[in-house]
Amino acid sequence: MDKLLNTNIKTVSRLLLDGAVKTKDLTELALNRVSEIHKLNAFITLTQNEAQIQCGQSQERYKTQKPLSELDGVPIAIKDNFCTENIKTTCASKMLENFTPTYNATVYQRLLDAGAVLVGKTNLDQFAMGSGTIDSIFGPTKNVWGYSEGDNFRISGGSSGGSAVAVATGACYAALGSDTGGSTRNPASYCGVVGLKPTYGLVSRSGLIPLVNSMDVPGILARTVDDTVSVLNVLAGFDPKDSTSLTKPYKKIRLPPAGKMSIKGLKVGIPIEYNCEQLSEEVCDVWNEIAILLKNEGAIVKQVSMPNTEYSIVCYSILNQCEVASNMARYDGIEYGFRADEHYSTEKLYATTRRLGFNDVVKNRILTGNYFLLSRNYTKYFEQALKVRRLILNDFDNVWDDVTILLTPTTLTDAPLYRDFVSKTNRDQCAAQDFCTQPANMAGVPAVSIPIKLSKNGLPLGLQLIGKNLSEPLLLAVAKYIENIVKFPHFSYKM
Amino acid sequence: MLSLMYNHITRKLSALPSHSWQSVIGLEVHAQINSKSKLFSGADTSFSSPVNDNVSLFDCSIPGTLPVLNKKCVESGVLTALALNCRINPVSCFDRKHYFYADLPAGYQITQQRFPLAVDGKLDFQVFSHGTNKLPNAVQVRIKQLQLEQDSGKSLHDSDRSLVDLNRAGAPLMELVFEPDLTNGDEAAAMLKELVAILSRIDTCSCKMEEGALRVDANISIRRENEPLGTRTEIKNIGSIRGVAGAIEYEIKRQVAVREAGGEVVNETRSWDSVARRTVPMRDKEVQQDYRYMPEPNLPPLHVAMGPIQTGSVNADELQRLIPELPEETRHRLRVEKGLNLEQSIILVNDDSLLKIFQRIVGCGQVENKKLLANFLINDFITLLNKIEKDTCEVEESAEYLGEIVELLEKGHINRTTAKFLLEEILSENNKHSPMEIVRKKDLIQITDEKELTAFCEKVILENEKVVQAYKSGKTKVFKALLGSVAKLSKNKADMAKCTVILKRLLDE
Repeated sequence: MDKLLNTNIKTVSRLLLDGAVKTKDLTELALNRVSEIHKLNAFITLTQNEAQIQCGQSQERYKTQKPLSELDGVPIAIKDNFCTENIKTTCASKMLENFTPTYNATVYQRLLDAGAVLVGKTNLDQFAMGSGTIDSIFGPTKNVWGYSEGDNFRISGGSSGGSAVAVATGACYAALGSDTGGSTRNPASYCGVVGLKPTYGLVSRSGLIPLVNSMDVPGILARTVDDTVSVLNVLAGFDPKDSTSLTKPYKKIRLPPAGKMSIKGLKVGIPIEYNCEQLSEEVCDVWNEIAILLKNEGAIVKQVSMPNTEYSIVCYSILNQCEVASNMARYDGIEYGFRADEHYSTEKLYATTRRLGFNDVVKNRILTGNYFLLSRNYTKYFEQALKVRRLILNDFDNVWDDVTILLTPTTLTDAPLYRDFVSKTNRDQCAAQDFCTQPANMAGVPAVSIPIKLSKNGLPLGLQLIGKNLSEPLLLAVAKYIENIVKFPHFSYKM
Repeated sequence: MLSLMYNHITRKLSALPSHSWQSVIGLEVHAQINSKSKLFSGADTSFSSPVNDNVSLFDCSIPGTLPVLNKKCVESGVLTALALNCRINPVSCFDRKHYFYADLPAGYQITQQRFPLAVDGKLDFQVFSHGTNKLPNAVQVRIKQLQLEQDSGKSLHDSDRSLVDLNRAGAPLMELVFEPDLTNGDEAAAMLKELVAILSRIDTCSCKMEEGALRVDANISIRRENEPLGTRTEIKNIGSIRGVAGAIEYEIKRQVAVREAGGEVVNETRSWDSVARRTVPMRDKEVQQDYRYMPEPNLPPLHVAMGPIQTGSVNADELQRLIPELPEETRHRLRVEKGLNLEQSIILVNDDSLLKIFQRIVGCGQVENKKLLANFLINDFITLLNKIEKDTCEVEESAEYLGEIVELLEKGHINRTTAKFLLEEILSENNKHSPMEIVRKKDLIQITDEKELTAFCEKVILENEKVVQAYKSGKTKVFKALLGSVAKLSKNKADMAKCTVILKRLLDE
């Protein structure tokens, strides 16, 4: 029965429809798994009550053979920066520790409308500012790969580390992450799951507590490409509540069986600038290996140049801090969230509330961002960063003249040890972790990280595919093609 | 209501104390857009709702909520820009303006700083003071830009606590920035009246200043001739047109006094104390704020379709066709078609209800002499309304009776005194009769018969020997007193024009 949690959505959906499995049992199985992995600290809030109600309703639908979608009755998890009605949404921060929204994020609402069952809200870095899921007031999320007691564990990656661990361990079939600079793909890579960052605007941001509005996208974590597609088909499409969501009608993606696909003639680019100094030999080897594999399968693989890549990370960091400074201005303790016990003056109330409510990483970014936005600095930093952002976008536009898809590393190494990782500053952590992932956010293009093989340490290594805007059907097809060949050894749960 | 204000303003103003000083005035007007819902949310905008009732999740900046631009507000903005001869930007953008304040929930206001909806407009208007001998003069003011932005909420301060009402937070505003082309409070008041007339015509703003639907900031500086602009002060949030004129005149005098005493004008924000009738420095604006403007990332650029470009959230060419006759055109039409003079056209256009009454009477075709009609409305009618403290908009329904009175007057059936009496009668609370009925019932038909009038005059001459003596010895002033006696004798029914001629003739015999 436990194996059920490791199968894919299509299989479980069929079992539910056949009546071989009851949603109630499936949910119970998932909730048990959730409590079994308690020590990994993947969840902030468990939603047993909601799950019971939702699976009960799903059961009724299956009785009449009328499921809402193939996600009906399927356990899922959501990163705790998506608003969920009547369920705490903390952003892993003291500021929102007791914040309970009165509305649903569009993505959660669409999952509900598809019949999915929520098992819990997952851990993240405070307000998604980080790439390790270590800066949470609820403590770090531990990677299930290479796990050991004490602080000798591997980080899960981040900031959607909780979601990645939940999916990897079978606590749910899929989970929502958010992706601003790699926050979905990075933990996917470290935890050996698939992580999709869709095209900016394809999936609504309404209800996603923002980090960088112009780069944020809801991301999907799942164990297989097919599962990722199932979830994307439910989430994608215009939302009138998000003015940046694309109005073009979304056509559901249907991928053929891997055996029936061919990549003959597919032009695959290897951007040389992604071969940066800190890239580990092991990751570089996997990259080469897959490039050769694709070539052997008939693809045209060639080196391409994206000369502005090296400026991307610093430019990303400036834009990130500016938007953070602005987005965080609302947390003043007046309307909602944490309020300090301070009565001297309104200004003092703001200051104390914000001093106590935010961690150092958040405060740092607010201060730096505000500095960049001062009228005397605006041109020098913010405007300059926008110009560089345009150059990075141009790099992508140009490269599509030559190739259809890019193959790059997702992360520079396998999952670092927690104690090594925390010895670096947040800025250095992000600069290394986001190097290969944030250019796609700068340009808005879709990217997916897929697990390839295990490192010498027995840890997952992933690679990233990047396509042009709205090329998800092709991007995911190629991902599925590779997935089928490499046959990544998924984590099988025995703790 | 507006024509009521006229008198007050002009009387309280006085000329600049020193001829060597020039004053330079620039206005910024915040006009709340007439719209059922807010600029970026579906929350209601009605004025009298209970505290914190008109608040959507977005308006109180709940995390994860996003702005969605209200198309109706864009249309109103474009209509206003067109009516003010602005150039519409085919692409405009929204920006965040950051500052901390309890009634600004997001910590920033969404406005249009870099690329506003429209720029480079102009507004022509007449500066004219009813009741003075000054002739109207034409003034033009340029409009720098028109931008859409959110309003903030309201803080209510108690002795030991502060409360916040977010009903107004996110309400749609048009900010109109005028170039400093004005020179005094009179001009500012006249310009605002013209603006109110235009916005009312196109119905983009209620212009109810008492509800804060129109708020005015005035920038004021003085300089000697040929000098560069002096340091300016800003008077924030003036709540009435009369207040704007008063505040500007006060501030000019204050600055002149400072400079003449050898002092320097300080760049500061002041407020207008309408009771004490003076400007006072505002305390909370001591530090120069850096608003750290940033493009609003949640709103794509706003496109307006016009000419060959057919894609946009609204179409400027279609909106242009919806613009009704504007005040300046109405004034022109009143002069050319109805034969009114400039002053009459200005006064009628400044009072929408009065203009409606005028047009209704004209429409009925009762009155031939439009000038007489305008005169009667502007003088007799308004004077009476002032006396009984009523607004023209309250008495629009009496247009028909008003027309009848003017018709009687025009045809010589009654005299002016009777007309005034009838006016009082029809406006009294429990009147049930038409002017004609009152005339019949009370026998008020004008006496025009030469013989009858001559008899009245002769009788007065006989009974007032001393006065007649005085007149004959050169004190012609007393003629009026004699004429008054004639009127009285006729129970105010005599044709006074005729009586004047007859009495004069008899006296000079």
